[in-house]
Amino acid sequence: MRAGTFWLIVIAVGFAFIVVSRLYLTNEYFYFAGYVVLEYIVLSTAWNILGGYTGYTNFGTGAFFATGAYSSAVLHKLPALLHTTFDWTIPPIPLPVMILVGGLISGAMGLGTGYLTLRLRGVFFAIATLALSIVVQTLIVNWDFVGGSRGIYVIRPAHAPLGSSYIQYLFTLMTVLAVAAVGIARSIEGSRLGLGLATIRDDELAAEASGVPTLRLKLIATTISGGLMGMAGAPLPYYVTYLDPTSSFNLSYAVNSVAMPVIGGMTSWIGPVLGAILLGTIQQVATVTISSALNLLIVGVLLILFVIIAPNGIVGLVRSWRRRKEV
Amino acid sequence: MLVSLDLLVNAIVAGILLGGFYAAVSVGVTISFGMLDIANIAQPAFILLGCYAAYLTNLYFGLDPILTGILMTPAFFVLGMAVYRLYYYAFERRGDQAIQGLAFFFGLLFVGEVSLVLIFGVDYRFVEASYIGPSIHLGWVDLPLRMLLPCVFSLLMVGLLQLYLTRSFIGRAILAVSQDGLALQLMAASPTKIKQIAVGISIATCAVAGSFLIIIQPVEPSIGRDYIGRIFAICVLGGMTSFPGMLIAAMLLGVVESITATFYGPSWAPAVSFGFLLVALAVRPAGLMGR
Repeated sequence: MRAGTFWLIVIAVGFAFIVVSRLYLTNEYFYFAGYVVLEYIVLSTAWNILGGYTGYTNFGTGAFFATGAYSSAVLHKLPALLHTTFDWTIPPIPLPVMILVGGLISGAMGLGTGYLTLRLRGVFFAIATLALSIVVQTLIVNWDFVGGSRGIYVIRPAHAPLGSSYIQYLFTLMTVLAVAAVGIARSIEGSRLGLGLATIRDDELAAEASGVPTLRLKLIATTISGGLMGMAGAPLPYYVTYLDPTSSFNLSYAVNSVAMPVIGGMTSWIGPVLGAILLGTIQQVATVTISSALNLLIVGVLLILFVIIAPNGIVGLVRSWRRRKEV
Repeated sequence: MLVSLDLLVNAIVAGILLGGFYAAVSVGVTISFGMLDIANIAQPAFILLGCYAAYLTNLYFGLDPILTGILMTPAFFVLGMAVYRLYYYAFERRGDQAIQGLAFFFGLLFVGEVSLVLIFGVDYRFVEASYIGPSIHLGWVDLPLRMLLPCVFSLLMVGLLQLYLTRSFIGRAILAVSQDGLALQLMAASPTKIKQIAVGISIATCAVAGSFLIIIQPVEPSIGRDYIGRIFAICVLGGMTSFPGMLIAAMLLGVVESITATFYGPSWAPAVSFGFLLVALAVRPAGLMGR
């Protein structure tokens, strides 16, 4: 399938999804739960661009995600700040703009991280990203403008565009982001860029020796991956209406965005999507029916089981099952 | 800001004591990751397990935490060997230890933390012992006993391990694996068995380090994360394989952290260790005493 056709199909699926949910779902809770699953589709797809395609493990999802969220919080407070200090009056900044800005800032952070750490291979890179997320968290904790460790309240606008309730609006935006993330991932997979990234994953030294511009490709991968994570985080302040460092930098974002591609399968775009839908739904159901601490335990245990028993995830299982049937 | 001399000296002394404790925390990873390339990022979870073991025995039997830590080492040794077995069969033997192996330890870290939350809740726990509270005063320098004792015992432990690695047969075999596993196989020794013992020792140090941690500060399950950065920063800065390098790095980090906490407030302290690590990784991955 050509990348263009794929884009059309994903967009159609996303559009149909929005329309169907608007027509048939009246319970608002569905939107709250669905938003989280969609958010994880974006996060795990973004993680997979660096982790699955390029072979670099990023444990710092929280850093990029929360950077997006906090950039929105800053933009949210910006009109009031400009009004009091310079007496300028600007209208409240619309959420799609915030998402773009969050993506740009996180993307820039991804680029910076790439420059700083991509000469590091494997484990060192993973540990450096973990360190990054704690450094960024410390900066936010000590930044009073966004509430420091106390957190910040973000009041939703009274009216949502597109003639819907605000949570439906957030849900729609997140669907658009999920469609974009999956489309981008699939386009990378089939392109020269994807091939280059795959050579890095398989043997970086050999790739460099055969003329693949490894550093540049890796920087592109970290930037796209970081940017998408930031975009996924940007609507968060309006979703939770109260943003604080402990929950927005939560390690569970990192664990989930690693676990979902690993469980789904890291070699193709469908893996993270499958993993996110599966794990995300299980977690939403478990949170309601059992307890929220236990659902994190489920993710951890599933992650360990899958890396031991099925290191290529569900996609790998299906492939080997098909192969067996052919033989 | 006027920096008063006694405040600075006290901060440095406190940092050195803290550094001694950090050495106990990082010695395990220096063995497993520095020497044997097993990136056990779940080490803090095992240290926390040590904390809670010391907490429970202290609560119910009134046992001394450090004594408990030492008594628990055989159990942790066995646990460590079991973890390595699993790691070996699932990853090393298949040869794909990179991402999957890391994800395995990451999952272990997370499962450990969540299990502790489910069992003990998120309240801070602490132990009681006669040396928690009083301090020795040397002029205007304070030496709190709850920092001094962990530091002394930790130096003792690192010293003993250094002796073990350089003098005993198995210890030297561990160093040999770290230098060239294949060559060791040609000498008819099994690197897997030696690695299993080494990881056992590495996890066993967590029992002791955990008992120090809960003496130094009240403990709750998520504080383990803060130690990942410290442990690996110290291990990398120390040059991965050398204990003396690790000691220097631990002291350095302790002093810098303590000075930051004294003059800029403790909320900046975590950024110091992780910033240290990022700079160390970016600028000098070979460490202070590196090759």
